[in-house]
Parts: sequence; structure tokens; C-alpha cells
Amino acid sequence: MSLDAAMMRATAPAILPGSGGLRGALSDLFWRKPKVLLLLMLLPPVLWLGIVYIGSLFALLAQSFFSIDEFSGLINREFTLKTYGDLFQAANLDIILRTVTMAALVTLASAVIAFPIAYYAARYARGRWKALFYLGIMLPLWSSYLVKIYAWKLILAKEGILTWLLAKLHLLWVLDAWLSLPIVGGNSLSVSFTGTFIVFVYVWLPFMILPVQAALERVPGNLVEASSDLGASPGQTFRNVLFPLALPGIVAGSIFTFSLTLGDYIIPQIIGTSRLFIGQAVYSQQGTAGNIPLAAAFTVVPVVIMGFYLWGAKRMGAFDAL
Amino acid sequence: MRSDGSQSAPLGLKIAAACGLLFLHLPILLIFVYAFTTEEKSFVWPPPGLTTQWFAVTWNRPDVWQALSLSVRVASISTAIALVLGTLCSAAVSRTKFFGRETISLLVILPIALPGIITGIALRSAFSLADIPFSFWTIVLGHATFCVVVVYNNAVARFRRTSGSMIEASMDLGADGFQTFRHVVLPNIATALLAGGMLAFALSFDEVIVTTFTAGQQQTLPIWMLEELIRPRQRPVTNVVAMVVMLVTLLPILAAYYLTRDGDQIAGSGK
Repeated sequence: MSLDAAMMRATAPAILPGSGGLRGALSDLFWRKPKVLLLLMLLPPVLWLGIVYIGSLFALLAQSFFSIDEFSGLINREFTLKTYGDLFQAANLDIILRTVTMAALVTLASAVIAFPIAYYAARYARGRWKALFYLGIMLPLWSSYLVKIYAWKLILAKEGILTWLLAKLHLLWVLDAWLSLPIVGGNSLSVSFTGTFIVFVYVWLPFMILPVQAALERVPGNLVEASSDLGASPGQTFRNVLFPLALPGIVAGSIFTFSLTLGDYIIPQIIGTSRLFIGQAVYSQQGTAGNIPLAAAFTVVPVVIMGFYLWGAKRMGAFDAL
Repeated sequence: MRSDGSQSAPLGLKIAAACGLLFLHLPILLIFVYAFTTEEKSFVWPPPGLTTQWFAVTWNRPDVWQALSLSVRVASISTAIALVLGTLCSAAVSRTKFFGRETISLLVILPIALPGIITGIALRSAFSLADIPFSFWTIVLGHATFCVVVVYNNAVARFRRTSGSMIEASMDLGADGFQTFRHVVLPNIATALLAGGMLAFALSFDEVIVTTFTAGQQQTLPIWMLEELIRPRQRPVTNVVAMVVMLVTLLPILAAYYLTRDGDQIAGSGK
């Protein structure tokens, strides 16, 4: 750099002139009026989500108040509660009850399986092990949903690995005895409610582990030590110290497992019996039956159930654990 | 006192945790074995023989390539839209406090918090009310909507760790708003955006529930898989596709993890 240029620099004014032009004017405007910038930043995402998403939800809600003309199969766009009335037919109530029972069972089982993993990851895993546990939960969570279901189709098939394993262990009679039971059994695991249940638990398990782990990370280790110093057995420590402190995390996880089970229609379609779940009812009503109003009314059911569930969860303080 | 975390876990807990992790991972490993099986008609275990011929067969299948190409195009455009919307939204939410800030966060999270079937049928009924025919863009519309949240989560976490005084310093030194964004803000959030973008890509690439409602006759790769799952015609090809899909979704997750692991919040914790 020449001396002249250095001199020029030294004598240049401390405050630079504005860069001018449209760009400068815009930049100045954003600085003077941060609210304009804020508005410009918020406008695209809010418009997108507001129109595409919230708009669609309202369209859905509106559809549920329409009805279908049983003779012509055309949708009658007039306000009626008839479609909601159809929801209370015995067959439809059956579907709702079946789905809610399944969701509750899946939630319970996920909590039981998730707890040891979450507890170990939160309390004992350190350094490399911690990272390994993290990836060990994250990879199944993010890996392809359909491929996971496909993997279970391979496992549960009559000629698949599970039957092979049980045959090697001479335990096939257990499987046969289970499959001969009335509701949970069937021709093979891949066409029974037991199969549906296993796959649901498998696919949603990581959603339970993460919040439980987050809740357990916040339990100081010396609380557990204090409990055993005061003479509690491991079982008592679990019941009186760990479990109550982990409960908000479990409730937070159950929001996912419950809601995801309520809304899923692919798992019971691929692995399960021919009896429908809410999601399948929605899909077949809007697809083959062309009855979008009834499908819409059916989707309102999980939304209402989840509304109550979230309300209850909030009262238990589950949102602080998220 | 042993409160340094160096004590070892009870044996029962170790076994339970190990079994849980095995339960999560063994089914995925099985996919990699089945891609090489010689069996065509059933899911028999153990595989009667191993072969790589199905990779060649799959490679020559035009329907698989079409589905793959549609999936990649949808995922790329949805990710691009999600990147723009998610970054704008996270910048607005984390830099200023304003009325309705919580509502905005809720609005972003809602598409992924409600079951996919609700998002799907809601979009479908909106398309039917507005007489919009199904097309490439109806798929993108759905995917971009639920991809915003992953970009948003990653960017918000990064903004929280970025000190606002850096922006002020840049402005004090004479940079205008655009220069500050280009040279100060963007380098700071770049890896978080990259991670968020990759997760959004993985999410869109794998999505099936919303897509079944917004795709019409077109087949993305997950829809192709779904058809094969319901009515298996080409089991060996499905096995190979399953393995490829698994790899394509796993690599971005690993990359996103390594990009953000130094942070207080790691990518992907809020699928």
C-alpha cells in the first residue's frame, strides 16, 4: 500500500457516508425501524404456514360439517351435523375404541422399554459412550419409516427370522399358543394385533426415550445416593425418587407415542388384521368411498382426544420437560 | 462420595439398556442382509444364498429411477423453501421480543406435532375445495410445510448461542445491514443451516403419509415402496431399494450430527 493511500485513510472522516442507492436506503430503513425488518422477516413464513397449513385445517373442519348424498355420492356443501352422527354408529365407535386401546398399550410398553435406556444414557454413559447412545437413539428415530416397517415384515413373516429363532430354541409352542389366543392371535404374527403392537412400539420408541432422558438428566445423582443412604432399597428409590421425577418426561414422551399411534394408518395396513384403525378409516373414506366429510369428521376425533390429553399433560407439568 | 459419575451401573440396568438398543438396531441390520438374498418368493431366513445380482436388476428398473428422481426433486425444492422460511422465522423470533412470539413458535411446530394424516387430509380437502389438481407442486407444498420446523429448530438453537454484540460491532465498524448479514450472521449460522437443510431433506425424502394425500398418480420413492409393501411383486428389488433408502436417509443424519455436535442442542432432537 502506498503512502498516499495511507494518508488518505488517516484523514478520512470517522463516519462513513451512507452507501447510497436502494440498498443503502433499505439498510438505513431497517436500522431506524427494526419493526419493518421484523415484519418483512415474519411475513413469508407466517403467510405460508397461515395459508397453506392453518387454511387447510379450516378447510378440513369445514368439510366435516358437509355431508354426502347417499344416492348420488356427491358432496352436499350445506352445514349439517349428520356426518358427526355417523361417527357414533357401532362400527365406527369400535374403530375409535380399538385405536385408543392400542395407543394406550403402545404408550405403556414404550415407557417400560425406554426407561432403562434413558436412565443409563442420562446417568452412566460418559464421553464416547454418551455420543454412542445419542446416535444409537437418533439413527433409528430418523431412519426411513417405511423401511423400518418393512424390516418387521421380514422378521414377523411365517418363514422369517423370529420363527427360525424360536424353532432353534425349541420355543415354537409358545408362539403357537400365543397365536391361538382370540383377539391378539392370528394366522401369523404379521397378520395379528400383536404384530401391529410390536411395530408401533418399535417405530415410536425413540420418541419416548428422548424426553425421558432429558427429564432424568436433570435429576442430580446425589438424590439417588441420598435415598439409598437413608436405607431405601433400589426398588423403593425407583418408586419414590426416580419415577416421580421422570414422570413429566414420560408424559411428554407419551404425547408423541399416543398421538402418532392415533394417526397412523400405514403400520396397521401392512402388519395387522383387516379390522380398521382410525387412520385407515380416514384413508378409505376419503379414497375408495369418496366420503371426504366422514373422513374429515374421523380426523377430528384424534384432534379432540389429543386436545384433552395435552390439557391433562399440561396440568402434570409435562411441557417443562420438553 | 462417589458423585463423579464414574461408578458402574447395576447389571440389570446394563442388560435392559443393551436389550433396548439391540431391539432398536437389529431390524435395521436385517435389511442389509436381505438385500443380498437369492430368495425371490418369500422372506425366508436364513437366506438360502447370497448374491449381488439384484443390484444390477434394480439399476435397470426405470420405475425405480423415476420415483427416485421425483423424490430428489421434491426434497430439494422443499428443503430450499424450508431453509428460507425457517431462517427468516428463527431470526425474527430470536432477535426480538414481540407480541405473539409464542404463537409463531407453535405455528411452526404444529405441522409436525399433529399426526401426518391430519396434515395430509387437511391439504387434500383444501385442494378439493379450491379445485387445485394434484401435481409436483402440491407435493412440494405439503413437504415444505413440515420441513420448516427442522430448519427453524436448528437455526433458533444457533442464534441463541450467537451473541448479538457481534452484529452491533459489525454495524459500528461501518458495515450496512446486508454486509453484516453476509459477513457476520451467515458464517455464524451456516453449519446450523446446513444441518437443518440435510435433516429437512431426509425428512422430505422419507415422507409417505402426507404424500399419499397430495401426490395423485405420481410416485415418490416411499410411495413406490408402500405399493410394494401392500402388494409385493418384486421382493428382491424392494430389498435393494430398502437398503438404498436406509443409506440415503442415514448419511444426512450422521453429517448433521457432526456439524452441530459442539452445540448445546444437537440437530435432530426434535423430529
